[in-house]
Amino acid sequence: MNFDDTPEEAAFRQEARAWIAANAPKHLKEELELSGFGGLYLKSEDPMQAGKAWQKKKAEAGWACLHWPKEYGGRGATPIERVIWGQEEGVYAKLSGLFTIGHGMCGPTVMAWGSEEAKRERLPTLASGEEIWCQLFSEPAAGSDLAGLRTRAEKATDGSGDWIINGQKIWTSGAQHSQWGLLLTRTDPNVPKHKGLTMFFLDMRSPGVEVRPIRQMNDQRSFNEVFFENVRIPDNQRLGPVGGGWNVSLTTLMNERLSIGSGMPTGFPDLLDFAMATGDVDNPAVRAKLADWAVKASGLKFTAFRALSALSKGETPGPENSIGKLVAGAMMQDIARYAMDLQGEAGVLTNAADAEARGKFQAMALRSPATRIEGGSDEILRNIIAERVLNLPADVRVDKDVAFNAIPTSGRK
Amino acid sequence: MNFDFSDEQKQLRDSARRFLEKQSSVAVVRRVLEGDEGYDRELWQGLAEMGFTGAAIPEEFGGAGLGYLELCVIAEELGRAVAPVPFSSTVYLAAEFLLAAGNDAQKKNYLPKIAAGEVIGTFAYAETAGEVTAERIKATVSGGKLSGTKIPVADGSIADFAVVAAQSGSGLGLYLVDLTGPGVTRTVVDTIDPSRKHARIVFDGAPVEQLGSGDAEAVIAAVYDRAAVLTAFEQVGGSDRALEMARDYALERIAFGRQIGSFQAIKHILADMYVSATLARSNCYWGAYALSTGSAELPEAAASCRVSATKAFQHCSTNNIQVHGGMGFTWQFDCHLYYKRSNLLALNLGSLSVWENRLIARMRARNSARDAA
Amino acid sequence: MNFDDTPEEAKFRAEVRAWISANAPHDLDEDLKKSGLAGLRLPGRDIMAESKAWQKKKADAGWAVPHWPKEYGGRGATPIERVVWQQEEGLYNQLAQPFAIGQGMCGPTVMAYASEDLKRKYLPKLASGEEIWCQLFSEPAGGSDVAALRTRAEKADGSDEWVINGQKIWTSGAQYSDYGILLTRTDPNVPKHAGLTMFIVDMKAPGVEVRPIHQMNGGRGFNEVFFENVRIHDSHRLGAVNDGWNVALTTLMNERMSIGSRLATGFPEIFGFVADFQLPDGPAIDNAAVRAKLADWAVKSSGLRYTAFRAISSLSKGERPGPENSIGKLVAGVMTQDIAKYAMELEAEAGVLTSQEDAPAAALFQNMVLNSPGMRIAGGTDEILRNIIAERVLGLPGDVRVDKNVPFNQAPGR
Ligand SMILES: Cc1cc2nc3c(=O)[nH]c(=O)nc-3n(C[C@H](O)[C@H](O)[C@H](O)COP(=O)(O)OP(=O)(O)OC[C@H]3O[C@@H](n4cnc5c(N)ncnc54)[C@H](O)[C@@H]3O)c2cc1C
Ligand SMILES: Cc1cc2nc3c(=O)[nH]c(=O)nc-3n(C[C@H](O)[C@H](O)[C@H](O)COP(=O)(O)OP(=O)(O)OC[C@H]3O[C@@H](n4cnc5c(N)ncnc54)[C@H](O)[C@@H]3O)c2cc1C
Repeated sequence: MNFDDTPEEAAFRQEARAWIAANAPKHLKEELELSGFGGLYLKSEDPMQAGKAWQKKKAEAGWACLHWPKEYGGRGATPIERVIWGQEEGVYAKLSGLFTIGHGMCGPTVMAWGSEEAKRERLPTLASGEEIWCQLFSEPAAGSDLAGLRTRAEKATDGSGDWIINGQKIWTSGAQHSQWGLLLTRTDPNVPKHKGLTMFFLDMRSPGVEVRPIRQMNDQRSFNEVFFENVRIPDNQRLGPVGGGWNVSLTTLMNERLSIGSGMPTGFPDLLDFAMATGDVDNPAVRAKLADWAVKASGLKFTAFRALSALSKGETPGPENSIGKLVAGAMMQDIARYAMDLQGEAGVLTNAADAEARGKFQAMALRSPATRIEGGSDEILRNIIAERVLNLPADVRVDKDVAFNAIPTSGRK
Repeated sequence: MNFDFSDEQKQLRDSARRFLEKQSSVAVVRRVLEGDEGYDRELWQGLAEMGFTGAAIPEEFGGAGLGYLELCVIAEELGRAVAPVPFSSTVYLAAEFLLAAGNDAQKKNYLPKIAAGEVIGTFAYAETAGEVTAERIKATVSGGKLSGTKIPVADGSIADFAVVAAQSGSGLGLYLVDLTGPGVTRTVVDTIDPSRKHARIVFDGAPVEQLGSGDAEAVIAAVYDRAAVLTAFEQVGGSDRALEMARDYALERIAFGRQIGSFQAIKHILADMYVSATLARSNCYWGAYALSTGSAELPEAAASCRVSATKAFQHCSTNNIQVHGGMGFTWQFDCHLYYKRSNLLALNLGSLSVWENRLIARMRARNSARDAA
Repeated sequence: MNFDDTPEEAKFRAEVRAWISANAPHDLDEDLKKSGLAGLRLPGRDIMAESKAWQKKKADAGWAVPHWPKEYGGRGATPIERVVWQQEEGLYNQLAQPFAIGQGMCGPTVMAYASEDLKRKYLPKLASGEEIWCQLFSEPAGGSDVAALRTRAEKADGSDEWVINGQKIWTSGAQYSDYGILLTRTDPNVPKHAGLTMFIVDMKAPGVEVRPIHQMNGGRGFNEVFFENVRIHDSHRLGAVNDGWNVALTTLMNERMSIGSRLATGFPEIFGFVADFQLPDGPAIDNAAVRAKLADWAVKSSGLRYTAFRAISSLSKGERPGPENSIGKLVAGVMTQDIAKYAMELEAEAGVLTSQEDAPAAALFQNMVLNSPGMRIAGGTDEILRNIIAERVLGLPGDVRVDKNVPFNQAPGR
């Protein structure tokens, strides 16, 4: 056990630190520090431009997606090096929100299932932030029950080998900014639901793709509905075998877990700073709350680190890593509410100019409900832990071994 | 960086587990729980022979000189086995006080015997209900004689010697007292976990020897931080075992024609137990590392693992009963051994609120230093 | 809405108060105050004798089970009067513990289903505490899933008697009970709920064997009960053959009707405790962290009280108490456990002590911590109560049932 850097790690940290000190957009630092979860407060610059610029700079120096192989835009860093980079990058990582899904989920899926040509063409521009990717999985009738999706992919009848897509996705984060998307479709409705799926990647600028932003409860518009009307995808953009889409999607989800090193925000450091600034930290009632969250936050951090050690030894990260989002999501919601409580009547204010801590906790309160839903709801994560870690029996399933088109559902048209 | 125990340490864990499964079986725990023996002698001897009591005692004082990471591994297994032995009093407290404040002669006198399992030691601190503070200590040493009453003293009825916190002309001090000597009256008191006996000790002119001359409160705080990490490992071991018991029962018990583990109400209880046990374990690794390296982070790490592990063990042991239904409430099933131990360990080194308060005070100090820099 | 007594209620309250102050066993006051949720503790006295004495005294004056009809040992009190009585009886109500199951669950079931003869025979003595009853529902294979029970009742050839064979478990008070209500299986060839029948059983009958179970808190309050060819006359059947499930529902519904009876939460106990208890910087009640905890429990406790009062108002209007009253035990059980743990936390090192002499607050909280796990299981576990609220109050679908419409002897998991 060694929580400190080895000499090589220390050297790497030094190098990263020096590069960041020389290159980071320091003029944005203060604004980034005040940006909380659920809001990037960049007044002086367009967030998209600022994000792309920082990503490009990193890519040129070999710091983008550093754990990816060199030939695909990374630098072949170890998992620990990646964590060190994350620690050093600090607040500037907040600029990379746009690329999280692409780097964390789409990229690794292409890496695992794409042809060499596809990898060399698509991955470097994804790493450098020149192209943004989105993940087109969820549908109105298929969220937690993802395999219940209905978007159809059918072989074109013209002999081209192309696929024709019809259907609708929903909740697609960043679709409005994306050049590429990872798309899960149904190719065979006559077999049980997990067996008739196929994965593709597609150009979001293809004819027949329509993106309609959804207005969220926090008044942002980061996710979308995406409609497909006779959209053509060449067969060489298929990932994995026809009918093997479920397996491919598991790679995506497993890679989501691999991003553990980056660590889920919990809101705790923000709250501690806030309570120190106001002097509330002297109140025993506040301390009791803080202590509870403090040990959760450190517990999460070191759980992620332990997973990293397993990873470094070549073990695959397992379902046990589902606890990160489960704990962090609810915690962030509680923390946001408690910080607002400490602010008293002023806690209702949301405008950065009027509100305490520039409305950071209010933004967190309005964004955090989504954390507990996106990418696996709290309930689904508990099921995963219970079934896949503790080996408890699966829920009694009414749709098992039933052909997809014979499954009971609410609202099949 | 490496956030895991080494292969050798894992082997040590396996052998400790095998040893305890045999020597600290539930039958052994129950014998102490239901009987008048203060502890299981055979198990205690066995632990000494395995080198466990002296695991972190330097070789020059007769220890195995293994180190604190190894001691953490052993502590976890003791917690898992709810071992009925005076290990924490002797090893985490008495030995640590000697190492922290003892002079060479005192170390030479006691430590080899602790490593050999020949003596049992303890720390006598609390006198009244509520958080122990220097002001609340009334026991007094004057003219080399100690008078006053300490309650509860873990293993106080079986210990050979105690480190006692008492007042003297110059404020709070630490003293070594031979509990088998004159001026000492001890009675076993009933506690929430009778598998770990506690005593009331009345000192009436008991001869003492001073232990260290520095700031006693600082020494106590430092030793408590160390003991907190080790106790947290016991709590994590207990949490894991309680979780396993609940899981196994959930797979076995049928209601409404199904394994109860197939109901989400039960699955989600178990998932939440897993979460709290895992967070506590991860915090404990941090504590273990800080303890073993003497890191400046130890006070914060110790409070973190103490708070986290106390909560986890109480959570897991409570829900273990719940998952067992009526069976969980019987004496015959083992759930209560863990429930009782969790409630005991939650208080033994000072309670949750005390440690919560300490944790935040320490984090504040760290952040203030950061902001000043 | 009126949270105060009407003039009639005030008059009733005055009468009750006067009678209690003239008749209650005041010599037990000190011990009763220290008992509370720790369980009844009357050092140096025979608890059962003290309980029976107080119950008898109440019965002689018409105050035993006030809401029962006069002819069965009550005084025909209204639901509100019953609450007033309970508020005034206060501490002494703890003495009624041995009769709680009999009067709260068995009595009402007998009242609803037994013949007039049997009602007159059994109820007055149940009311007066001369006879104690127990409830024989749970079995090793049927706790939450009580309809999975296996104890057989078979008609003896050519007689009016039933022969009982099987085993019950967790039967509280069986060791000192005179009678019990017994749920049995009379037809294993139909789905599980459709083959049950309820009886009154004489606990002293030949073939009944009671074996106390050692509880985790050291007590022996519940038992295993074995039946070997125990004979019960058909006149002691409650409800129709194979209609036992419906009869059991009456019992359980009546359990809910006892809501008025103070649901213990531990709140008054901890509130009293922190007022005196000294933290290093002053009384615990002045500490902000303590206050935050107390406030949380205070509103739960008042929420429960007023939820119960609202149910009493519906009851007074003739409405039947519904499943929404399941929240009482669900909230109180966990709360008791949390309160006990927190009080021990404040006591710090001394919190481990459990004898009345050594422990702070006479070990009240330590006993609570050891009793409370049972509260969260007995009479419907927390999980079952949540299912009831979800399914019967909120109208959510039931769990997928693998044993539905399957004959009992072919159900999975047997
Ligand atoms: C901010 C945000 C961003 C998102 N971004 C993307 C994206 O980029 N790409 C994409 O494909 N998707 C995205 N999603 C969709 C997200 O993955 C789904 O919302 C999520 O999987 C839940 O599906 P649902 O909304 O259909 O809810 P449902 O599945 O209908 O769930 C409703 C409720 O039922 C519960 N539930 C469902 N099944 C079970 C079960 N078996 N056991 C117990 N409880 C159950 C759930 O926990 C939840 O509480 C995003 C969502 C959000 C909120
Ligand atoms: C102190 C005490 C006194 C008692 N007194 C009596 C008495 O006088 N007479 C009497 O007849 N009985 C009595 N009981 C028995 C009590 O009613 C049962 O213990 C209770 O119904 C639970 O049944 P079980 O113990 O078989 O647990 P199980 O039913 O086996 O339950 C085990 C676990 O599974 C869960 N579970 C079961 N089914 C489901 C489901 N469908 N969904 C989600 N979770 C589920 C439970 O919540 C529990 O956590 C007493 C019990 C106690 C503890």
